Amino acid sequence: MAAPAVLIYGFLYLYPAVSNLLYSTQRWDGVTKAQFVGLHNFKYLIANDITFHKIVGNNIRFSFIVVILQTFFSLMFAIFLVKNTKSNIFLRTVFFFPTILSSVSVGLIWSFLYNPNFGFINATLKSVGLNSLAINWLNDSRYSLYSIAIAQIWFHTGQMVVIYLAGLQQIPQELYESAEVDGASRWHQFKYVTWPMALPTTAVVVAYTTIQTFRAFDLVYSMTQGGPMNSSDLIVTNIYNMAFGAYKFGYASAESIILIIFVLAITWIQRRTLRVKNGDR
Amino acid sequence: MFYNLSRKVLLTVFALLVIVPSSIVVLGTFKQDFEIYTKPLALPKHWSFSNFTRLIHEGNVLTPFKNSVIVTSFSVFLTLAIASMCAFAISRMITVTGRVLFFLFALGLAIPGQVNIIPIYLLFVKLHLTNSLYGLILVNIAVTLPISIFILTTFFRDLPREMVEASSIDGAGMWRTYRSIALPLSKPAMGATGIFLFVICWNDLLYPLMLITQSDKKTLPLTLIDFRGEYATSYSMLFTAIMVASIPMVLMYLFMQKSFVAGLTAGAVKG
Repeated sequence: MAAPAVLIYGFLYLYPAVSNLLYSTQRWDGVTKAQFVGLHNFKYLIANDITFHKIVGNNIRFSFIVVILQTFFSLMFAIFLVKNTKSNIFLRTVFFFPTILSSVSVGLIWSFLYNPNFGFINATLKSVGLNSLAINWLNDSRYSLYSIAIAQIWFHTGQMVVIYLAGLQQIPQELYESAEVDGASRWHQFKYVTWPMALPTTAVVVAYTTIQTFRAFDLVYSMTQGGPMNSSDLIVTNIYNMAFGAYKFGYASAESIILIIFVLAITWIQRRTLRVKNGDR
Repeated sequence: MFYNLSRKVLLTVFALLVIVPSSIVVLGTFKQDFEIYTKPLALPKHWSFSNFTRLIHEGNVLTPFKNSVIVTSFSVFLTLAIASMCAFAISRMITVTGRVLFFLFALGLAIPGQVNIIPIYLLFVKLHLTNSLYGLILVNIAVTLPISIFILTTFFRDLPREMVEASSIDGAGMWRTYRSIALPLSKPAMGATGIFLFVICWNDLLYPLMLITQSDKKTLPLTLIDFRGEYATSYSMLFTAIMVASIPMVLMYLFMQKSFVAGLTAGAVKG
């Protein structure tokens, strides 16, 4: 009964993952004969490839910004919307809406909003006299990465709100009641009840968002394709360009092995910190 | 007081951040380009479907739409069938095999599918599966199997043991039990997983981008990317294309909101 799944998974997931290791030790343009170069690709990536260092830096910055802001906003909105009133249920529907759009659509919509000439954001800023804030969002290497981060947060916050809501609704109401009897302020209720009780959910949200930011491809590809001058390039977009733009298959494979190590290391660190914080397990 | 005020302000701001761009897109599909640039939020002067007809005639979105429907529905259906069989088998195995299998699939959860793009591309070139909808369906199944098996196994493990055992005492084999007990009971879980898979497959860009180059095999996200170049200055056409690509999702969301939210969050929490 498990046979079809095992076959497909083995042939199209595990086998490619293993052959990826093999490709990473080769120099290969996809046409001529592959050349075995040992660990050269890795050495070059780690020691010499300044562009790759920049891209890893980009991805780490992107990840930090998105994880922190998205987690903050989604927890805040979940607290705001925790009661099942009519208006709250309506707002949850609105907040969740971007999640169902395709990432390419989101990329195109935000490209319009960011358009320096007739885009909505700059038009609005100019109409209220804030001309200095009307920057070139996507085509200026100082801002492009952050502009994409904003679109990413807009895209996924609603989904995280729903995850937080599920967590918050499991906190026993008595805890808040007794806190109120003790005269605890809202801030103290948050600090001593909500935050510690929601910590497992925070763990899930942070872990998921982190992985999501290290897998990010679609938004960058549809908004800037990594430019200008690699300023918004991320690891997966670079792997794609390296392989299908520059035809350096071996080199791109080595990059993807480094990405796996990155993702596994981050997952491991996050799990460990969580275990310590949660105490049990 | 301060809390209530800031709560209202922040909620309104974010709601507007969602509603305003969405309205610009929806209204834009009925407008001319200059109207979008000058008055993005105003109602169109003349409600006209000319953008839609123009897009269908010269943009050729019907083929990609059809391709997306074929790829997505086969991918979701086959993944659910294959994953549920495997998940059921794993949940019933008390031997080491079950654990080993579960571990193997959990490994797939830890390795993001994106890192496999190069070996999968090279393998598919060898197998002549590029520019083929079958190829896309196969990739979709492979990429979504780990998460689907993970969600469904946890679900099957929670099924009341007595029901399954009673059926095996009655002499039903694994297959019978799977078909007549497990499957009917798992409708909500399968529905949620199915929607989760639907969203992934319908919106997927990366694999079609590298596997499909022939225009008659392209899916919707790929066509949207092409339109970005083709209609670089015509947002009315781009918005109309976005609308066409999003309508199935929006309809599903409106009619099956509960399972939609359940599916997308289950996918996130388990993944």
